[in-house]
Amino acid sequence: MSLSTFATLLERLAFTPQRLAKERLLAASFAQIPDPDRGLTLAALTGDLKLRQVTPSLLRGLTETRADAQLFRYSYDFVGDLAETIALIWPEGTRSDPPLSEVIHELSTTPRTRLPALIATRLDSLGPSERYAYLKLATGALRVGVSARLARSAFASWANLALPQVEEIWHALTPPYLDLFAWAAGTAPRPEAAARAPFRPVMLSTPTDLDQLSALDPAAYAAEWKWDGIRVQAVSDAGTRRLYSRTGEDISPAFPDIIDLMTFDGTLDGELLIRRGDQIASFGDLQQRLNRKTVTPALLRSHPAGLRLYDVLIWNGQDLRDQPYDARRATLAQAVATLDPRIDLSPNLPFTTWDDLAALRAAPPADVIEGVMIKRRDSPYLAGRIRGPWFKWKRDPHLIDAVLMYAQRGHGKRSGYYSDFTFGVWNGDDLVPVGKAYFGFTDEELRELDRFVRTNTVERFGTVRSVARTRVVEVAFEGLNRSTRHKSGVAMRFPRINRIRLDKPAAEADHLSTLQAMLPKDD
Amino acid sequence: MAQPPLLIPRPEGLYCPAGDFFIDPTRPVPRALITHGHSDHARPGHSAVMATRETLDIMAIRYGEDFTTARQPYTDPIRIGDVTVSFHPAGHVLGSAQIAVEGQGQRIVVSGDYARVPTPTCAPFEPVPCDIFVTEATFALPVFRHPPPQVEIARLLASVEANPDRAHLIGAYALGKAQRVIAAIRAAGWDAPIFIHGALQRLCDYHVAQGIDLGDLRPATDGRKSDFAKAIVIAPPSAFATTWAQRFPDPVLAFASGWMQVRARARQRGVELPLIISDHIDWPNLTATITELNPAEVWITHGREDALLRWCELTQRAARPLHLVGYEDEAE
Repeated sequence: MSLSTFATLLERLAFTPQRLAKERLLAASFAQIPDPDRGLTLAALTGDLKLRQVTPSLLRGLTETRADAQLFRYSYDFVGDLAETIALIWPEGTRSDPPLSEVIHELSTTPRTRLPALIATRLDSLGPSERYAYLKLATGALRVGVSARLARSAFASWANLALPQVEEIWHALTPPYLDLFAWAAGTAPRPEAAARAPFRPVMLSTPTDLDQLSALDPAAYAAEWKWDGIRVQAVSDAGTRRLYSRTGEDISPAFPDIIDLMTFDGTLDGELLIRRGDQIASFGDLQQRLNRKTVTPALLRSHPAGLRLYDVLIWNGQDLRDQPYDARRATLAQAVATLDPRIDLSPNLPFTTWDDLAALRAAPPADVIEGVMIKRRDSPYLAGRIRGPWFKWKRDPHLIDAVLMYAQRGHGKRSGYYSDFTFGVWNGDDLVPVGKAYFGFTDEELRELDRFVRTNTVERFGTVRSVARTRVVEVAFEGLNRSTRHKSGVAMRFPRINRIRLDKPAAEADHLSTLQAMLPKDD
Repeated sequence: MAQPPLLIPRPEGLYCPAGDFFIDPTRPVPRALITHGHSDHARPGHSAVMATRETLDIMAIRYGEDFTTARQPYTDPIRIGDVTVSFHPAGHVLGSAQIAVEGQGQRIVVSGDYARVPTPTCAPFEPVPCDIFVTEATFALPVFRHPPPQVEIARLLASVEANPDRAHLIGAYALGKAQRVIAAIRAAGWDAPIFIHGALQRLCDYHVAQGIDLGDLRPATDGRKSDFAKAIVIAPPSAFATTWAQRFPDPVLAFASGWMQVRARARQRGVELPLIISDHIDWPNLTATITELNPAEVWITHGREDALLRWCELTQRAARPLHLVGYEDEAE
């Protein structure tokens, strides 16, 4: 398979809007492309080709040897995708069409110091579409409108396999997946996970509200608090212990304190939290521990982690996922009793009517509760986000009215629109920026905001436009932390533009004191 | 005392004090010179309009015969006040012209929108030596290198062959782009009927009346769904979102625009077959044109003026942005 064939596939996937049509296109590719290229193609789409040495800054530096840095920056700002910008701006040279496996091999084996020269030589001898495909491969982030799950789903339906069967072993497979394709062809057995302590696909919930719930029988459901940490899976398998994020990323190295507590044999589903005694700390505290390769003893002491359990998938070698929720919870309650108290059970909430539950949700006993989870008592533990058995009923977000101050063009699907907004609130007679948001609006609202920015720009700083301080937006956010980095002294969690307040003059936007009153009292 | 400049930017548009007229004003004025018929350049309501005969005809088709009180078709260089004005083909759409203004020993060329890719639908761009060249900057970024239109048409025809059960709907603006696309399809040897949306009818008829061969054009309204299998249908892009598009069998949505070079733009519009066909100048031709004309100064009307300013800086050319408001920044 040549790079140009791969480039054509990426192009067709990107411009095929329908999910089913994308799956058909991929299925046809798996049937036509020989090993190992089809496995490499699949790995490229699922993000499992580990060619991570090629950083955006390396590519930027390289491009600036061929194009003026400022023109490159303007172009990137307009195009909104680094690989595409470089593919389009790179000077035309001779054309060649190397095999896909060859370019992947050299990208994964070339020492870092020689990478820039290698990439430049390749780019010099490719057409624009191939340059794009090559750079997408090199950076590992394809963003061509195909999620990892869609790629696996296309593979499963092409191979006539159930998707969960594929997903369960996925983490233990390595490109180019010869064993997987052999299994699909029926010439080899299912590749059992070679690695111990495998990740199992997590069961996810869909959002709900009181209106939707009122159609359901409350007696058929159990409820729990929705804790504001991160969802994890703790797996202890014959002495191998791993802590996974809900997407299957192994985060064990950052949490040796949790690993030490995992004195069991099984697979547990729960929330990772920072807890000091009985006190659960804010999400901000947990963030200090995330995205680390190692952790210092001082941080382990100041930010001790704990687990609050929701469910059990496997216990002492027995797979419980087909059992109903109530039965799994009974096993879980017994299991927890044998563990260190820093691993505990997320309690079931007592309620008989949905109004009871609404009252609990309205007054949670702790700040770190972001709503309630509602789970069908007879539901098995299923992979993925299936509508019906599990619901999340989140706390209503905080809302403030803020004034738009700055705007930048967006990236990805919002490329070309002014969609990254900085907004502020009043502090005396001045507006002070309190956050940035780039989603939450409808497509229609985005067009309105984009128009506003284009016609109300008062000053430009490079790619940032300062706009007339006349447009009020309602900003929704989940929580507020103190910040030493932001001039305002506050940092919002998950801020988004809830709606545009055309009815409100800027002078009536909120004041910083309103936000300061929302800060947690305990720190 | 120094003389006032030949042209100055005003809120209404570019103004010539010595001739007391505006070029492509965005608000009603007593005297307007119009480069071409696109609605952001040619607006109704001026008291007197001078433009090419084709542009005047197009304005009358779009706005009605009463779009202005007095109209004067351009024929030969003409004295207006203390300046001499001449019109020169811009290669953008039928009737499009650059307007050269000469006086006080200086010549300014206002290019309007322009293109240098040949098309049978209008006269080719004519380079006019000048002291000041006033240019658009719609595609003024080095990422915009538009492929030859025949390459794009070949992709279209390959897709038509590969999908014989489906109709191909091509979004193209009614004035200029639609006819440019039709003529390019004809040049590729496709002589089957091409179906057009009703909004294109009068402008297509006008092109034909001017002697531009567009082949067998038929209204896209008649016929059963199955009649449109393997058909090429041209429509204004706004028609895609309406029930009008439902009459065609499983349509492949295509869009003919220079913006289609940016994938996200195509995907935002739900376009399956992006066709990079433009009637604006792309980056290599823009920089080549400025190099060829080598004016003492470059003035930039609208688009990506930052990038063009930077290029002028790098090539040591005097340049200034005019910050004119009212021109479509990213339409095509």
